[in-house]
Amino acid sequence: MKKTRINRAHYELNGKMVDFAGWDLPVQYAGVSEEHLAVRQAGGIFDVSHMGEIYLRGPQALDAVQHISSNNAARLEPGRIQYSGLLTEKGCFVDDMLVHKLSDSEYLLVVNAANLEKDDAWIREKTAAFDVEVHNESDDYTQIAIQGPNAQSLLSRFTSAGLEDIKYYHFVQHEVRDVYALISRTGYTGEDGFEIYFKSDADFASTLFLDLVNQGKDLGFIPAGLGARDTLRLEASMPLYGNDIDDSHTVLEAGLGWILKFKKGDFTGRDALLRQKEAGIQRRLVGFEVTGRGIARHDYPVLWNGSEVSRVTSGTMAPYLKKAIGMTYLPLEATEPGTPIQIRIRNHEVDARVVEMPFYKRER
Amino acid sequence: MSAEALKYTKDHEWVKVEGDIAVMGISEHAQHELGDVVYVELPAVGDSVSRGDALANVESVKAVSDVYAPVSGEVIEVNENLEDHPEQINKDAQGSGWIAKIKLSDPAEIDQLMSQEDYQKMIS
Repeated sequence: MKKTRINRAHYELNGKMVDFAGWDLPVQYAGVSEEHLAVRQAGGIFDVSHMGEIYLRGPQALDAVQHISSNNAARLEPGRIQYSGLLTEKGCFVDDMLVHKLSDSEYLLVVNAANLEKDDAWIREKTAAFDVEVHNESDDYTQIAIQGPNAQSLLSRFTSAGLEDIKYYHFVQHEVRDVYALISRTGYTGEDGFEIYFKSDADFASTLFLDLVNQGKDLGFIPAGLGARDTLRLEASMPLYGNDIDDSHTVLEAGLGWILKFKKGDFTGRDALLRQKEAGIQRRLVGFEVTGRGIARHDYPVLWNGSEVSRVTSGTMAPYLKKAIGMTYLPLEATEPGTPIQIRIRNHEVDARVVEMPFYKRER
Repeated sequence: MSAEALKYTKDHEWVKVEGDIAVMGISEHAQHELGDVVYVELPAVGDSVSRGDALANVESVKAVSDVYAPVSGEVIEVNENLEDHPEQINKDAQGSGWIAKIKLSDPAEIDQLMSQEDYQKMIS
């Protein structure tokens, strides 16, 4: 298994370690529910160094990004970020990603750990005709997510960067405790927060993580693992590749049409999606809540009008909302909020209903 | 309930024998491994079970775990408190977090369960 540079800190904090996409990472420390609630109420600190960082550099960096990314990177100025997709020819997902513009000739794509090799090969193939170099720097970076209402208060103790001036989906490059870092106001939790990316040795990275935890105590912070990361993002209705988005459902079916900018020019998947937009989609990703007794989980059958129509893509008992929630693809006729459905949980059918997403939205 | 009086299965269930009744639940070790229990699916009173049958389900935030009948017999009582307070399994797995009481149909099965000492060896 691969280890992030924060590995020592996880063991010191008694993290319960698991193999996640080939990485030795903590699924929890104090407990998933406790960590989830801490992030909603104060803050949590996550090691997300397993994520991938791929740079595109060169005179045609923008053209290359525009060709592979569904969103319109021409709208970015340096310091801005947009959520986008790397799509297949059929308009389904190779991966979802964050596109960062550093300069006219430098873009950073942050992608999922599980898809890194696939994405890297795919990006190289698709950008081969452009005057651009693809650099996979994932192994060099440590990435820490500081998430929760008190995130700015905690991180400001570690950097002189004007955090209050960094707007959502923007970033700066500034020292964090003497190391040059990229500091973005982004996250996968539905709370305010930051993600910091930096290159350092393991000693520095682990020490920084432990110091964030220690200094975060009076602000209510605790370290948080992959378990809470998943329940937080699901409660906030953020899709997970491999569950809610994949290479067999289109971007339009996933309800993510807003990351498609057809007018910007050609991108992989554009033609197929334009045709589908014209014809209309037949099914769509929706949120549901279980109204009976039970918890819906990934791959449980979903029934509508008595017959099985799909499977649960993601499901859990939401620790903050204290409801069993989930997502699934349903025929368009069944996607109206309030539509009754059933989830087959082991050997019986449990009532549920379609609800609007997001399940949870923070007060601003 | 003192831990020494309990017997165990290799699937991390504990059993306390009271006459011809076996009280059972999941072990302290099992609840620790599971994490926060958020849902328990109890067996029905009156169910007939054989040793090794799936008896109940205990769900954590992340996963579902099967609980097996450690002995054969009839389910005569279930811990309904777990329906509204599944976290009791985390708080007191081998006490107030008990799951079911089974009237033994074959008391000799008790001898096939592991002692506390053997179970401790198994989990270390």
